[in-house]
Amino acid sequence: MAQQPDHRLDLRGATCPMNWVKLKLELEGMEAGQVVEVLLDDGDAIINVPRSAKAEGHKVLSVEPTQVGFRLLVERGDAETPSGATR
Amino acid sequence: MTREGKDKLTPTAAVEPHDAAEPKSADVAQARAEELKAGGIIPQRQKGKVTIRCKAPGGRVSAERLERIAAVARHYGSGVVHLSVRQSAEIVGVDLHDLDAVARELAAVGQEIASCGKRFRVATACGGCEYNPNGWTDTQALAQSATDRFFGEETPHKFKTTFAGCVRDCVRARMADLGFQGMVEPALAAELCTHCGICVRACRDDALTMGAEDLPVRDPDKCISCGDCIKACPFDAMVAKRVGHAVFVGGKHGKHPHPAYPVAQFVADPRVEDAIAATLAWYRDRGEPRERLGDALDRVGIDSYRRALRAVVGDGLLAGADLKKPKWARLFYDGLAETFPEYGDIG
Repeated sequence: MAQQPDHRLDLRGATCPMNWVKLKLELEGMEAGQVVEVLLDDGDAIINVPRSAKAEGHKVLSVEPTQVGFRLLVERGDAETPSGATR
Repeated sequence: MTREGKDKLTPTAAVEPHDAAEPKSADVAQARAEELKAGGIIPQRQKGKVTIRCKAPGGRVSAERLERIAAVARHYGSGVVHLSVRQSAEIVGVDLHDLDAVARELAAVGQEIASCGKRFRVATACGGCEYNPNGWTDTQALAQSATDRFFGEETPHKFKTTFAGCVRDCVRARMADLGFQGMVEPALAAELCTHCGICVRACRDDALTMGAEDLPVRDPDKCISCGDCIKACPFDAMVAKRVGHAVFVGGKHGKHPHPAYPVAQFVADPRVEDAIAATLAWYRDRGEPRERLGDALDRVGIDSYRRALRAVVGDGLLAGADLKKPKWARLFYDGLAETFPEYGDIG
């Protein structure tokens, strides 16, 4: 689906856990329902960051490979949503 | 260390026993004799001094009990508590003649003393799924209930039980006389899969590859049931189909280490105590005095035990061919699994 993100965040080159920390802060500054486009490296970043976002109550809308890593669309969850378990 | 502060424990640990809880002196004397007999009172190098091993299944101690242990250590011991490798809190440097007082102080907060010797020992456990995101089984609850049921039962030699919540086995279930290790079988909800390939990257055992229709395909011979793919999937397309315990038997460390052989998989929670009971029954029947379970299994033959366990675990029993697969062989040091005994076809 073609979705215009409200925010953009380039986390390429950021190491774990700083990439998740930056995304978390970005999401907290957004309103529920807004969408951020995230660029991530392959490797640890793509394994861990989407999972952390999901666990925090946000929604991963899409994950697409790019030439240099991945492009994600993440929707900011409800402020009241408690952190979900990762299981 | 002076004895000045001996009668004044810290304010938070009210030492004066409550009337309702105060044991009668005859009961204390009896309890003391039984406890000495059961062990948990360990003589030190220093003449007349003992170490008190406090019982803590799964390594869990309430803050209240911990405060009392600390108060006892401060006033009756040398002021240190040793957190032992099997998760007990040991009060060091207690005078033998203070044993009654120490037993009373600890009993007042429900702190029991653990055993040494040829018995079922306190079970150890990691945090497990109660609060650890990696854990798949409730190791704390199982360690507590197994200890409640079996602790202190006599066995040919010491018998150590351990519960690990996942295949990382932080707590060394693969070194226990009887080790239980959480495992999860993943399954794909294909209609939710977006073909992103994150699960394939998350799998460090090469068990996932992208297959037909760009969907991930799992190799069950390589999958170590860790669940990393399930946790990594952002779309809940990879889910936990079933959770259970792998069972490892015959492990020990010490002067002559012995690995624990994998004998069963996906044993469900309600069968865990039956598996322990069946193992103890076999061990008491076939083990020689002072012979550890692993040595008894090697001497008698593992198939004898496997028959006994099969009555409890049914088709969860592992076959000889299973041990050759990477999913089991790779859980041990390189080449070690090849030294394991052949599992026979027991029908």
